Amino acid sequence: MLEYENALKCITSGKCLTVYLEGDIDHHNARTVRSRIDTKIYIQRPEELILDLSRVNFMDSSGLGLILGRYTKAVELGILFKVANPSPQIRKILDLAGTERLIKIENIPLREQRMY
Amino acid sequence: MKSTVVNEVRLAFPSVSANEAFARSAAASFCAQLNPTFDELSDIKCAVSEAVTNAIVHGYRDALGEVQLSMKITDDRVFRAEIKDKGCGISDVEEAMRPLFTTDPENERSGMGFTIIENFMDSLRVVSAPGKGTRVIITKKLSMLPRVKG
Ligand SMILES: Nc1ncnc2c1ncn2[C@@H]1O[C@H](COP(=O)(O)OP(=O)(O)OP(=O)(O)O)[C@@H](O)[C@H]1O
Ligand SMILES: [Mg+2]
Repeated sequence: MLEYENALKCITSGKCLTVYLEGDIDHHNARTVRSRIDTKIYIQRPEELILDLSRVNFMDSSGLGLILGRYTKAVELGILFKVANPSPQIRKILDLAGTERLIKIENIPLREQRMY
Repeated sequence: MKSTVVNEVRLAFPSVSANEAFARSAAASFCAQLNPTFDELSDIKCAVSEAVTNAIVHGYRDALGEVQLSMKITDDRVFRAEIKDKGCGISDVEEAMRPLFTTDPENERSGMGFTIIENFMDSLRVVSAPGKGTRVIITKKLSMLPRVKG
């Protein structure tokens, strides 16, 4: 089911919520994106949360903070957390912070992605 | 042999967060004349974004101030940028540059900005003192790959 929750693009499939982040994730917009995601997960209480990064053009350490912060929130709420489809550039940032020790990072082939 | 400056630009803007995207786009546009690879351009954009964001969120915290971004390219294909603020400054630069060190964990900062800059650029120098503001100087030498003209 496709829905726009405060301009947040997400798809719910069973108990799994996939959020598609878009554009630039920097300090300027991280706070807005953060509160949109948190509102969504508090209302919906999914069992699994996937942050899909395939549409993110640019991300810096503020995006890293956003991802790690959502991971912490998910752990608190007992939600399984994954990151999907980071670009090679974003992957470098995630690896520098040792993110893969905490968070499952998946590359979902395009043909298996649910499109909207 | 000493390199000569081919081009330079100086920008000054207020410490509002909308200028983070402006600063990194300006850096990318300025570098375009060196015909950088996609990866080099991404690295430079990210490094400039980190330093400018630091000036805005740490240097000037709740105050408003001026951020300066000066960029230079030399004939040896080296890109150099200096990001300067007249904000609060850093008391222990070495500690600030350590991975995961942050003075602002409440706002979901991860303390990885300087570490990212160090990894994405060839050099990083931080000149700072409490009350004296901060200067961040970064350089990156761009590769000279043979490119197919489209
Ligand atoms: N321009 C500056 N003025 C004052 N303090 C600064 C400045 N730049 C960095 N700092 C200090 O250095 C610390 C480390 O900076 P760094 O960019 O590595 O991490 P961060 O900004 O705290 O977190 P992140 O960049 O991951 O969001 C900051 O927490 C801050 O205390
Ligand atoms: Mg930073």
